[in-house]
Amino acid sequence: MSKPRVATVWLAGCAGCHMSFLDLDEWLIELAQAVDLVYSPIADVKEFPADVDVTLVEGAVANADNLELLLQLRERSKIVVAFGDCAVHGNVSAMRNPLGDPGELVAEAYRDAVTSLHGHLPDPENGIVPALLPRVMPAHEVVRVDAYLPGCPPSADRIRTAVEALLAGTSPELAPTQRRFG
Amino acid sequence: MAGVNLKIDGVEIEAPAGENLMQAAVRAGVRVPGLCQLDGLSVVGACRMCMVEIAGTPRPRPACATPVGESMDVHTDTPRLREHRRVLLEMLFAEGQHICAACVASGACELQNLAAELGVDHVNFTPPPTRLEMDLSHPRFGYDPSRCVLCTRCVRACAEVEGAFTWGVAGRGRETHLVADLGVPWGEAESCTSCGKCVSACPVGALFEKGTSVGERRVPRALVSTLTARRERESHREVLK
Repeated sequence: MSKPRVATVWLAGCAGCHMSFLDLDEWLIELAQAVDLVYSPIADVKEFPADVDVTLVEGAVANADNLELLLQLRERSKIVVAFGDCAVHGNVSAMRNPLGDPGELVAEAYRDAVTSLHGHLPDPENGIVPALLPRVMPAHEVVRVDAYLPGCPPSADRIRTAVEALLAGTSPELAPTQRRFG
Repeated sequence: MAGVNLKIDGVEIEAPAGENLMQAAVRAGVRVPGLCQLDGLSVVGACRMCMVEIAGTPRPRPACATPVGESMDVHTDTPRLREHRRVLLEMLFAEGQHICAACVASGACELQNLAAELGVDHVNFTPPPTRLEMDLSHPRFGYDPSRCVLCTRCVRACAEVEGAFTWGVAGRGRETHLVADLGVPWGEAESCTSCGKCVSACPVGALFEKGTSVGERRVPRALVSTLTARRERESHREVLK
């Protein structure tokens, strides 16, 4: 039997959930032997592959690239996990929502800020900075999500509980202390 | 006082007449989740988190506002009630900006605790895009309306315990919000005694003490060096004498 194919994805988040994932320490070695990590910010893979068994999604959906990748990974993954508070409910990434027009936020950060070097987005001709969506959304507002792993970030033991359950083919049962937001 | 015999989640207990089901549940060793209820304050039954089912009664009743009755058969944790509480909590989360990671109350928040306890691991409703301004006019305390769950514990603590009647509720439906005095900034409310009872009654981070958020924390680092400098000065004086 081939190993389960696992992916982790980083949308609009701070990478803290992935840092927490690395806190799994020596269990990562066991995990690496038990699964194939086919896509991840910590693996140099350019395109999200097909036939993934479990995908952990960190971060909210804040820009066009996030949206495209989330739709793509949903199509190509059997199980999608909202990994951390940003993916679960928007969290800090969604704090811009009450501020309204994202255009003004971009202008504030890239044009008007005293630290702005060029007074515009980098490389505007090629549009390398993806367009912000009008509103930041949690993953389940865009695609079907199969399991939720709250926390900012979820602690390593939460991640292990969830991943072990998913790899065993069951849905994760997190204890009340393991499913707190924040 | 005459005792009343009743059953809560199968546990037979005797409770004094006049006690409510929330208090009686404690006797039965049963925890009924609540939010607007706080021991020592009057009962309003506003949050509907403590709804329980009573055999023979078609609709759930709020445990905090329902007196014990002879031979009552009360159930506090049925699938229907669990679903009811879950939806209520999700609506509370969606109604404001409840971002635990960026909140002064995180770790000591009853809304956060209830979500973990009752299994709310995501929210199916979309928060409103409105931006509500904080009131930071009071020298010691702050009010963030976007975190308020309208339990009115602050209003009752202010009126019933401090007797100041500073806090009130204004507006209707989604527009409901707290007001200090007749709608003035908190810092200008003449009736406020700055006692802090409202802050200690708040189950969430809506009312908070300034200086307690991560970025605001100040450590009086100069204390030690100031003390030692003074002591040195004192000892010089001693020598000069």
